[in-house]
Amino acid sequence: MSTPILDASFALNVALLLMLVAIAFAVVRTRSLLAAILLMSVYSLASAAWLMVADAADVAFTEAVVGAGVSTIVLLGAILLARGETERVNWKLMIVPGVLAAVVGGVLIYAASGLPNYGDPASPANSHVGRAYLEATYRDIGAPNVVTAVLASYRGFDTLGETVVIFAACIGVALMLGFGSRATLAPPTEIPNDQHVVLRVVAKLLIPLIVLFAFYVQFHGDLGAGGGFQAGVIMAVAIILHALVFGLRATMAAVPVSLARSVAALGVVVYAGVGIVCIINGGGFLDYDYLFSPRVEAMIPANLLGDPNHVHHWGQHFGILFIEIGVLLTVSATIVTMFYGFAGRTIETIEAERRT
Amino acid sequence: MTWLASHFNYVVVVILMMAGLFIVFSSGNLIKRMIGLAMFQTSTGLFYITLSKVSGGTAAITLKADSETGRALAAPLDPAYVAQFGVDGVVYSNPLPHVLILTAIVVGVATLAVGLAIAVRVREAYGTVEADEIDALSRVAAEQAEPAP
Repeated sequence: MSTPILDASFALNVALLLMLVAIAFAVVRTRSLLAAILLMSVYSLASAAWLMVADAADVAFTEAVVGAGVSTIVLLGAILLARGETERVNWKLMIVPGVLAAVVGGVLIYAASGLPNYGDPASPANSHVGRAYLEATYRDIGAPNVVTAVLASYRGFDTLGETVVIFAACIGVALMLGFGSRATLAPPTEIPNDQHVVLRVVAKLLIPLIVLFAFYVQFHGDLGAGGGFQAGVIMAVAIILHALVFGLRATMAAVPVSLARSVAALGVVVYAGVGIVCIINGGGFLDYDYLFSPRVEAMIPANLLGDPNHVHHWGQHFGILFIEIGVLLTVSATIVTMFYGFAGRTIETIEAERRT
Repeated sequence: MTWLASHFNYVVVVILMMAGLFIVFSSGNLIKRMIGLAMFQTSTGLFYITLSKVSGGTAAITLKADSETGRALAAPLDPAYVAQFGVDGVVYSNPLPHVLILTAIVVGVATLAVGLAIAVRVREAYGTVEADEIDALSRVAAEQAEPAP
């Protein structure tokens, strides 16, 4: 058992965690749902900073775009539809949950004594299987980012399952809230051109840059932090930003509802299709070493990069690239479809209430 | 004191988890409950990442150039420590929990959206998202549906 190194990294760790605790208590205390949602956005950003301190670069990236960006938008859409700006207080109902949380928390903190020290390199989790992946990944896959290599190649079947879960959530939201396509049938709401000039100009400049950044994150996923999940969310955020500034109808003209929902399904098809191509060429499902048939493989020189010691795994490289494109398509289209569902329903409910 | 330093992260994880649990149990508002569930979920993520941290380590992106010089990055580490726990001269944090939590976050927002969609439909059917009011309304509806004796 080694004691943790009390350096700057540890001090930052403690400071950010205390910040998270303070925000969590503020969320518990506040009665305003809008305040709770905005505090959760800050909470996500602070936890993304903490994840960076704990060396989880890919996770920090995901938490920053998903937690601080997309969840906030979905939650704001929900309180707009549910008209639940403030919750009512019933102090009598606080006693039992309070006691329960205190008791369970006490037991868990007591049980935490059995866990390894923070940063212990010899803990069971860090010394066997984690180390084995770190040693083998560059040799097996040829991708420097071990997280992407494990995500997309070693555990590619798991990630296919998760992509299908995201697609299923897309279907679930669409079944409950609709695709929002009735928003295009409603009479256009006149937004004067001189309104929000600064927002419009800045958004027009920013949206292409956000999309470009999404492509960078996508195609550098196996070299540095990033990948299909993060890139998909960033791409969706660009479309949502367009809808927030220029109105839902303009966005639905640029990215049609039917396109969004078909792309969500297409992503899963691309991912599973890569697996089936591997089977056709004689390997297992998602075994990227068999992605190219032997004849194609023979045409690619092994040391294309000019380094005779470095054997490039072209099958693995392109396999990861293709399935990450599938993930990008499904994640971005799912988030856009969900946003259309929530935002399109807002116009519908306002219309319906006006009529009655 | 040493215990608190080495297990501080676990204490914080438990506090955040219990804050989420408290919101889920104490709040009658369906949307506030979803916020509580989201907080509970992030605390699980923090727990996994805490386990994966290695002192003096760096993000699990392998550094070919530094494996050639055999020089450790991120912190002036003891060479014996690097030799024992590093891979090719660099100490990395454990990448496996990162993979699990990365996908869990994206799946989390997808399930959050499904939960909120259910809350929106509940609001449209009952006119409220407070659990006790929904309960009372559905009890009244059930009594009205019963045939008179």
